[in-house]
Parts: sequence; C-alpha cells; structure tokens
Amino acid sequence: MKKTDTMQGSLDLLVLKVLSRQPKLHGYAIMTAIKHISGDVLNAEVGSLYPALHRMEETGWIRAEWAAKDSGRRTRLYQLTAAGKKQLDAEITRWRTVSSAIDRVLQEA
Amino acid sequence: MSFWSRITYAFRGDRLNHEIDEEFAAHIEEAIAAGNDPTEVRRTFGSQLHLREQSRDARIAAWLDCLRADLVFGWRQLLKRKITTAAAVLSLSLAIGACTSAFRLIDALFLRPLPVAHADRLNFLAIRVPDGNGVLRTFDQFSYPEFARMRAAAQGQAELIAASFTSRSDLTYATDNEMEKGNVQYVSGWMFPAFELQPALGRLFTADDERTPGAGPYAVVSYNYWTRRFANDPGILGRSVHIGGKMFQIIGVGPKSFTGTEPGTITDIFLPIMMNPNVTRDDTRWLRTLVIVNPGVPIEPLRAKLDAVSLHFETERAKGFVGMSQHNIEMFLRMKILIEPAASGVSRLQNDYRRALVWIGVLVILVLLIACVNVANLMTAQAASRAREMALRVSIGAGRSRLVQLVLVENAMLAFFSAALGALFAWWAAPFVVSRINPPDNPAHLVLPAHWRVLVFDTLLTLAVALFFGLAPALRASSIQPVAALKGGEEPHSKQRSIYALIAAQVAFCFVVLFLAGLFGATFRHLSSQPLGFDAKNLLLLETYTPHGQLPESWSQMADTLRAVPGVNAVAIAGWPLLSPGNSWNGSISINAGPPTDTWGWFLSISPGWLGTMKIQLLEGRDFNSTDSFPGEAIVNQTFVKTFFNGADPMGHTFEKVNPSGRRQLCRVIGVVPDATYSSLHDPILPVAYVPFRQSDENGAINPADGGTFLLRTSGINPLSLAPTLRRLVAKSNPAYRLSNVKTQQELVDNQSIRERLLALLALFFATVALLLAAIGLYGVLNYSVLQREREIGIRIAVGARIGSIARLVTTQILVTVFIGAVAGIALGMASVRYVQTLLFGVKGTDPSMLVVPALVLLAAALFAALPAVLRAARIDPSIMLRAE
Repeated sequence: MKKTDTMQGSLDLLVLKVLSRQPKLHGYAIMTAIKHISGDVLNAEVGSLYPALHRMEETGWIRAEWAAKDSGRRTRLYQLTAAGKKQLDAEITRWRTVSSAIDRVLQEA
Repeated sequence: MSFWSRITYAFRGDRLNHEIDEEFAAHIEEAIAAGNDPTEVRRTFGSQLHLREQSRDARIAAWLDCLRADLVFGWRQLLKRKITTAAAVLSLSLAIGACTSAFRLIDALFLRPLPVAHADRLNFLAIRVPDGNGVLRTFDQFSYPEFARMRAAAQGQAELIAASFTSRSDLTYATDNEMEKGNVQYVSGWMFPAFELQPALGRLFTADDERTPGAGPYAVVSYNYWTRRFANDPGILGRSVHIGGKMFQIIGVGPKSFTGTEPGTITDIFLPIMMNPNVTRDDTRWLRTLVIVNPGVPIEPLRAKLDAVSLHFETERAKGFVGMSQHNIEMFLRMKILIEPAASGVSRLQNDYRRALVWIGVLVILVLLIACVNVANLMTAQAASRAREMALRVSIGAGRSRLVQLVLVENAMLAFFSAALGALFAWWAAPFVVSRINPPDNPAHLVLPAHWRVLVFDTLLTLAVALFFGLAPALRASSIQPVAALKGGEEPHSKQRSIYALIAAQVAFCFVVLFLAGLFGATFRHLSSQPLGFDAKNLLLLETYTPHGQLPESWSQMADTLRAVPGVNAVAIAGWPLLSPGNSWNGSISINAGPPTDTWGWFLSISPGWLGTMKIQLLEGRDFNSTDSFPGEAIVNQTFVKTFFNGADPMGHTFEKVNPSGRRQLCRVIGVVPDATYSSLHDPILPVAYVPFRQSDENGAINPADGGTFLLRTSGINPLSLAPTLRRLVAKSNPAYRLSNVKTQQELVDNQSIRERLLALLALFFATVALLLAAIGLYGVLNYSVLQREREIGIRIAVGARIGSIARLVTTQILVTVFIGAVAGIALGMASVRYVQTLLFGVKGTDPSMLVVPALVLLAAALFAALPAVLRAARIDPSIMLRAE
C-alpha cells in the first residue's frame, strides 16, 4: 500500500463519508455529492476519484456492484464495507487530530 | 477483490479494460444528463487511456501482468533463434541432468534417512585400530559376545542392535536341486520394535527371538522380496525355506518401505541373529552394531563407556593370543570405538563409493559451470545484438528493473526447459549408473524415488543456473546508454572483457575435467593391465559346497568326472578362486620355531594340478601329489621367500603357520612359484603359501571339505556356455555336491576394477562433453568478435595487411585467454590432486604427463575452434565490406 498523503487521505475520507450517509452511489453521484455538501468548495477530480475508488475497492473498504440503468447501460454502484466503516472512523479521528493541530499552530502565530 | 482476483485479472486484461471503460461511459452519460456540456465532461477525463492504466493498476497484479507479457515476448524470442536456443537447452539440460543424477545417487546413498523411527538418532559403531605397521584402519565388524556386553553396558542410554552384513546366499523353498539366491541378513530380535516397524503380514521378530542360540528357526521376508519372488501371495506364511543347511519357517512380511539397513542392498530375508552359527563365538567378527541413542544422552560419555567395555573384552581375549606377535597384540589393543551417524543406514557401497561419488559430483558441477558460461556468452553476444532494442525501450520509458526482468524471464524459461529435459535425462541416467556399480551377479539396488529433496534440489539448481548465466547479460542490457546504442557506435572492447574472463574460467574448468578424466582413465588402465601372475582366460569357476562335507578323494573323483567333458582341458580344485573378494586365510609365520612374525602370511588350499590349470610355472621344486596334505607340504611364492626367508633358497626348509590360539602347523617348502595376485588387484603382492586341499586335523585324520571351487580350463569355447551341462552333470553324478555360483575367472578380474571403470567411463564422458562445450564456446566468441570487427579487418586488408597478421589480430587475445585459463586450470588440478589420490592406482597426480596431455588436447581443441573464425576473417572482401557501410 502506498503512503497516503494529506490530499489523497482527505479524498478517501470524503468518499467514505459520503458513502456512509447514502449507500449505493455511482462515481458521478459521489463527485456531485462532495461538491454540493461542501458548498462548491471541494471538487473531486475525475482523474483522482476513480483511481481512489478502485484502490479502496481493492483494499476492501468499499464494495462495488453492477446495476442496470433505464438507458440500458450498466453502472457501478459503491457502498461501504465493515472495514470501510472502521477506516472512516479512523480517518475522521486522524483528520480531527491534524486539523486541530494545524489550528493550534495558526493560533500561536 | 483479493490477491486471487488480481491474479485472475492479469490473465483477463481485456475484460478489465472493458469494465473500466464501461464505468467511465456511464459517468459521462450521467454528467450529460445532469445538464453539463458534453465536451467539457469528456475533457475532465483527460487522457482516458492514462486514467484507465491507473485504475487498471489498482485492480490488477501489475507485476504479474508484466510477467505474462515478458513470458510471451521471451517465448517469441526463443523461437526466433531456434538454433541458439536448441544448443543452449541441449547443453544445459545435459549438465543439469548429470547434476541431478549425481544428486539422486548421493541422496539415495547418503542423505535419505532410513524409513524407521528415530533415524535421526541412529548411529553405528566402528573400531579404529592401527595395523602392524601403525597405519590406522577402521572397520565395523563385531562378534556377538562383544556386542552383548556393550548392549548391557549401554542399557538406559542407548539401544544397541546387531545386524549381520547382508550376504547373498543359496537357499531353496523346495529340494536342494532347485537352489536360488537371496540376500540374507541376521538381525536382533528387538530391531523391528526399536524401529517401530509394523508387519505387512504375520508378525515380525521380537526380543523373545533373541534369547537362546539356535532356538527360533523363523524368517521374515521383506515386502520388496515378497512382491518380487511371491507376487504378494498371502500364502507365504508358514512356508519353509532352507538356508545354509537349516530350515526356517516364514512368519511374516516386513513393512513396504523397509528394505534393510544397507543402502545399495535390498534384504530379502531377515533371520534372527541367534540362528547364526557364529553367535556364540568371540573370535569371529560378523555383525554391525547399530545404536539408537536415547534423547538427550551425550555421545562422548557413551562412546567412552562402550570403548572401555570393548577394550576390556578384547584385553581378556588377547590373553589367549599366544600365537600372535607381541607387537601386533599391542597395536590391536590401541583400538578405539567410534560412534558414527547412520541416519541413512550403513553399507559397504557407501564406503566404496563415497569419494568416487563426490568426485563425480565435482565433475558434473564443472561441466554445469562450463555449460553455464557457454550460455552466458551466448546471451551476452545476443544482448549486444539487442542493444538497439533495449535502447529503444529505455528511451520510451522502460524502467531498468523492467529490462532486467525481461531478460531474466527469458533466461529463466531457457533454464526451465533445460531442467525439464535434464530431469528426463536423470530419470534414465541414475539407474543406469547404479546398474554399473556391482558385479552383474550381485547387482546394487538403490531405491531412487522421485523424492521432494530431489525436486527442491532441481528447482534450486535451475534458479541458480538461470541467475548465473542470465544475470550478467540482464544487467548489461539494463545499463545500456540509449544515446550511444542508437548512434550505433559503442566501443566493442569494453563489452568483451567479461566474455574473455568467462572464457578463461571455462578453459580452467575444462582443464580440470580433462585432468581428472586423465587420472581416472590412467588408473583404470594401470589396474586392468596389472600383471595377474596367472592366465585368467577360458577359466571357468564352479563354486561348490557339500552340506555334510566330502573327503578329498571324493572331490578329486568329481574333478575327474568334469575333466571328461568335451572342451575341458584341465580341472583343478582350490578352496576358493584367486581375486574372489571376501575370501582370505592368514596367520603369523614362525621360522625355526621362532616367535610369530608381525607380518601375516596368506594361504590358499589347492589340489595337485592347480598350478598347471592356472598356468603358473614352478620356479623350483615340484607340484603337490595326492598324498601331500596340510599341515605337511607347501608351495610358496617369491614374496613369501623374500619376506620370511630373507630371499634365501627355501627348498626343503620348514615354517610354521601360527594361529592366534597358539596352534602351530608345520609345513615343508617343496616348491617355489612366481608372484600372483591374491585377493585384490589394489593391494601389493602378498606373501602367499599354497597348501594342499587335502587337510588333516590335530590327530592326523583327513578332514572332509564342505566347500571348494572347481577350476576348468576350457579350450577355445566360451566357458560359460558349458555351465548348464556341468550343472546337470554334477547333480547327476553325485547329489552331495551343490553348485552355487558358476562364473569365469575373467569376471573376477574385471570386478576388481569395476569402480575404476565406472569412474573412468563417466569422467571420459564428461571430459568429452566439457571439451565440446568449451570448443563451441570459443568458436562462438571468436566468431562474434570477428563479426564485430569486420569493418576494421576490411580496412586493414584494404591497406595491405597479410593473412598472418589478420590471424594474429583475431586470435591473439583468445589464445592469451586460453593460456591464462589453462594455467589457472593446472593450479586448480594440482590443488585437487591431493584429495583424489585415494581413488587412484599406479598414477601420480603430479606426473608431468598427466598435465601435458590434457593441456595439449585443450590447445588442439582451441586451435580447431579458432580456425573457422580465422578463415572468415581472412575471406573478408574489403570492397564488399566497405561498400556495405
């Protein structure tokens, strides 16, 4: 497993959080959800979203299944796994620690 | 999504690509449906190909995908160069196969544990004792009384098991006229329980079978024998077998895996040790002592304890050695008991072939190295020709490690194919070598299963080989400088340095192989041209015994009967034939009633006419007549005269044969004959006294003889063709006589050098292979270097260089290399000769001719290999060459 830097780490966090609220979303829905909830501040690029999804799927944090759409096309729907829930908790704790630490540093200055 | 799914995806890459594309398409559709600008949406995907690769990497075992691609590519590369590939695979498979065969033999003989419980704690006892000349000898024979004392002393610390030396014996399940051979071994009753072996049928011996001598006439047959002889017939229980004049009842069949304690011999019939006629004798050493040491018991104190018991036993016994010289008794009592590991059993075959197998191992490893060097050179040359391809790969972004992998995979495939072929070769070769080990009438049986150890060895060997010849070319390929390579101008000389180093190594190894082959060949030649002192041709030997003994007159009547057979010129009788292993008779000699000598005299009983039949000329005196007997008369050889009569004329003088018990048997010398070999071709000529076959006991009564050998000199016909006639004739004319073995004297002579012949044969074979490989290697490298320098040579010829200087230019470097290699080889050979000396006979490793011949052969091969390249260089036409540029 590659080392997760903050940027990538936060994308994982956002994706996991979105999926924890609402299971069975496809990639585009996850992307728009992040955008809407953050009030258009955060934007997950396609170029990083899909590799992240596939990577997390590979790690076992999320699960994917194919679903037929009205148009006849198939789409891939993602949802959290038990391991993913645990990972979400861990990511949240980590994020809180890091952000509060950064806050402290900013207040000092 | 697991490791497994990633692996399966590696082989279904198209489907994965398709799925990823489908997901992206769905995304784009959604985005457009949500009211986004289609072009804009598509643009967010950027290079879809790149994205796909990234996603693909996440879901696929990337290394495996590369490996698959490399395998396919490597396979195509190998197919493209069919001849090189075939040459490489052939030479490697021969070498790997030879290595595997050698390993299989070594494994079967020395490594594989016996299929018994506690094999890891199994040992055997040996005795190291200085002989009369102070030279340390080791043997492992014990008498039963000594064994019993040691066993009692070791109680609680170790279990001692007695097992006789397996002997090929005459036995019958019916009448005495239907004799057959079987390997018989007398074993302790508690051997089967101690080894925790279970019968396949009936019961095995127990400790109860080892209480009273002669009380339990039972036999257990081995599973192997049960299958071979009785086709697994359960009705075997209760049948009786006659062995050595006794009847045994078969009570059980041993377990399938157990074939006895001697690797190389499969025991057919186990008998209780108490049934051996020698079991009560303390002066006959006929059994091995196996020791299962209890867990946690330290070896050295146990050894010291057994040593003390044994020494005490022998010291007591030595008090009765009045017929042995004081010096010899002293030397004998310096004996020391050793505990040697015997996890894989213990046998004579191990002893005889330990060093020989090690050296065969060395030879095959050298041949393997030579083959590896050859392939490495081939690969290096190929890597050079693939420089442009590699450079291209580097410039479009291939990682160095990827290139190493690419080349290594290709080489590993080569190695793998070679290993597969080699395994086939070994499957045939190992049993073939085993079949050459023993005399044909008593073949060695080594169980050679396809064991996991052999498999592991093969795999490791293959990997090592692939790395050995593949790593250097792989690293070279990866370290390529694209700029230089694509320009086409690389400096050829730096590239070749490693090739020349390899060639030098190859020449050195080849020299060592040739040198060793020369030594083994010369040893065999010396041994087989050793003067025998008698004529072995057209001499048939009938080993005969009479269970109840027959008087000498009866024996000579039988000789007369045989003499009447057409084609038989002369017949004589002897106790046993000359050069028959295991038969000897010795005693101290006393001249003029003096003290017994330190040196043994050796004896053989012969009938009148034996000297003539053997074509041994009397130098002085007369042959025996029918009234001579032992004690009484003797004919001695020249060494006997030198040793005991200081070379003085012994005619009419007397000597005494002194037995350890002190009994003296007086003999008057009535004839002198030239030296002849006695029991072994390897030993120096022994002082031998021939005494009459007619022997009398202390009271002067003539002893009936229960065994002897008829010697028949035939005229012109193959002696063995008479065998069936003679068997019938003997059975018909006197049923008291049983023919045991019928063989020729020539067989016995040949059997003396069986190991040397095998070594010489294998060494010669490997030397030929090594020379061939080295020559091919030289040829390849030279040819390659000429190809590379064609332009330069063309220019030189154009400006007027002569053929001679071109030849020098092409060959100087390689000849220097060969020279360096040969010098290194000589050094290696000289260093190794010390260790090989025990296998040699009549050859000094330091003999200059032993060095010169291989060196000349090597030089000739090098010149021969260089010829095509020189011709090629000389034929270069500058006008064509330069126009092509």
